[in-house]
Amino acid sequence: MRTVWIILFIAFAGYTALVYTNGDAGRMEPATAQVRAGMDTWQQQNCASCHQLYGLGGYMGPDLTNEYQRAGEERMRAFMRYGSGRMPALELNDAEIDDLIAFLAWVDRTGSSQVSPENVHWSGTYLIKPTTP
Amino acid sequence: MTTATKWHIGFALLLLATALVVGSLAAFAFLLPDGIALIPFRQLRPIHVSAALFWIISGATAGLVHFKRVEFGETRGSILYTGFLVLWIGTILAVFGFYAVNQYGGREYWEFPPLLAIPLLFAWLLLMADYFRAWLKRTPDPPLYVWMWSTGLLFFLITFIEQNLYQIPWFRDNYLREITVQWKSNGSMVGAWNQMIYGTALYLMVKLSGDEGIARGRKVFIFWFLGLSNLMFNWGHHIYNVPTAGWIRHVAYGISMAEWIFLINIIQGFRAKMTEQRIHRNIITYRFLLASEFWVFLNLILALLMSIPAINRYTHGTHITVAHAMGTTIGINTMILLASIGTMLGMDALPDKERRWIKIGRRITTVSLLVFWFALIAAGLLKGYRSVALGMTDFQAMMQPVNNVLYVFAYAGLGVLLGLGIVVWAYFNRLLQPSS
Repeated sequence: MRTVWIILFIAFAGYTALVYTNGDAGRMEPATAQVRAGMDTWQQQNCASCHQLYGLGGYMGPDLTNEYQRAGEERMRAFMRYGSGRMPALELNDAEIDDLIAFLAWVDRTGSSQVSPENVHWSGTYLIKPTTP
Repeated sequence: MTTATKWHIGFALLLLATALVVGSLAAFAFLLPDGIALIPFRQLRPIHVSAALFWIISGATAGLVHFKRVEFGETRGSILYTGFLVLWIGTILAVFGFYAVNQYGGREYWEFPPLLAIPLLFAWLLLMADYFRAWLKRTPDPPLYVWMWSTGLLFFLITFIEQNLYQIPWFRDNYLREITVQWKSNGSMVGAWNQMIYGTALYLMVKLSGDEGIARGRKVFIFWFLGLSNLMFNWGHHIYNVPTAGWIRHVAYGISMAEWIFLINIIQGFRAKMTEQRIHRNIITYRFLLASEFWVFLNLILALLMSIPAINRYTHGTHITVAHAMGTTIGINTMILLASIGTMLGMDALPDKERRWIKIGRRITTVSLLVFWFALIAAGLLKGYRSVALGMTDFQAMMQPVNNVLYVFAYAGLGVLLGLGIVVWAYFNRLLQPSS
């Protein structure tokens, strides 16, 4: 039993290393200082409590993965500043709003949160072709 | 039972009660954001999630520590365990303190400021030191539940550290890597606490039946290794839609399909379960374990379907994910933990009149949870259909009929609160009796 456990553990460690180094399929747009600041604001405001990125997060508001593309910068800015319906006004200053928008624009460039039907393989899996950022 | 274990159980039950009350408030705050103005949803959700998460982990460790003491023949308490408990309880109370002043870390499941992960990590290391110190002294050839406890403790440590790797710029500066590692650790961490909880369930079944063979032999270990492979490699279903390397999806899909074997095994074992049920039907521990198996069956079907990417396309990011999370945490984990704590407290030794309340509570929970679970699935199907099949992009318009279904979920949640509340109350009463 111990041998099987050790073999599985080694496989797990190897797979982990592979995921860390190659899991992004070679696509990377490094975060700028502003993107990092936006990510900090996203976390400090606990935006994931109500919103999703790639379908992961809360259910109160819309998925924001591609909101930058869909709604546009000005509309997003208005929502963040004044709130709307279920969305509270977050009392963010201009710099924080700029950072948050830079972060969401960065996320948007990584891909689409919805998989199109053409990407569904007959075996049931997805074949998503990475797009160059 | 030591005083430290009593504190451990009491704190775990308090967390369960908090998760239930705040969860019900959050459900109504979600539907009526202006109705519960005192505490907004944004604040209620992290309290609920953390209380539920720490209930599961605290309940799992309470059982593990108590039963390993019996199993390993320990007679005295340990300073390491006391140290763990003080640090663990103190940090969790600090987590809620930070939520009270709107300070967050903003990570899914782990929504508290990341600095608090440090004392939690130290607490876990103390717990592991206490466990493995005793483990090293025991005889070789351990039964499966000891393997499960040990593996669960180790993998919780690994995944907890992994969950905090985003503090290193190399991880967070690449969003695809960041989200992949985040959900790799989250997915495997669920497997880690399941190892601890299912290990305790197996231990209880061995003690109930008096048959050590349940936890030994080739077949049980083959099934365990299959489950362990799922812990290690199956997490990719969380991020099917993220444009990572394709092999992450294919590995997760392939491994998760092996779970059909578990389903077939459950169906095959159904007849034996019926005989077993006739023998043990009056035992509280057994009834909770049986309830958990019913939920394993339902959630396994749901998990198998959600693990097929072509179906996941409609279910991902919908309330079907919540149904799965609630079905497993309440239906499976909480039921096993209540069996475990019930055994530790000697609930079966109570007079029939007091035991009857637990039976009533369990029945109310089962019926309410069924309604709750199906309402979430219905809400998820509706959202998936409207967003993916109809391609609706106006979020409020898309959610309007979904929210109507969620009222059923919220009211059924009150039933779960009542049912489990009765059980928690009975357990607290027993805990506070000097004879417990």
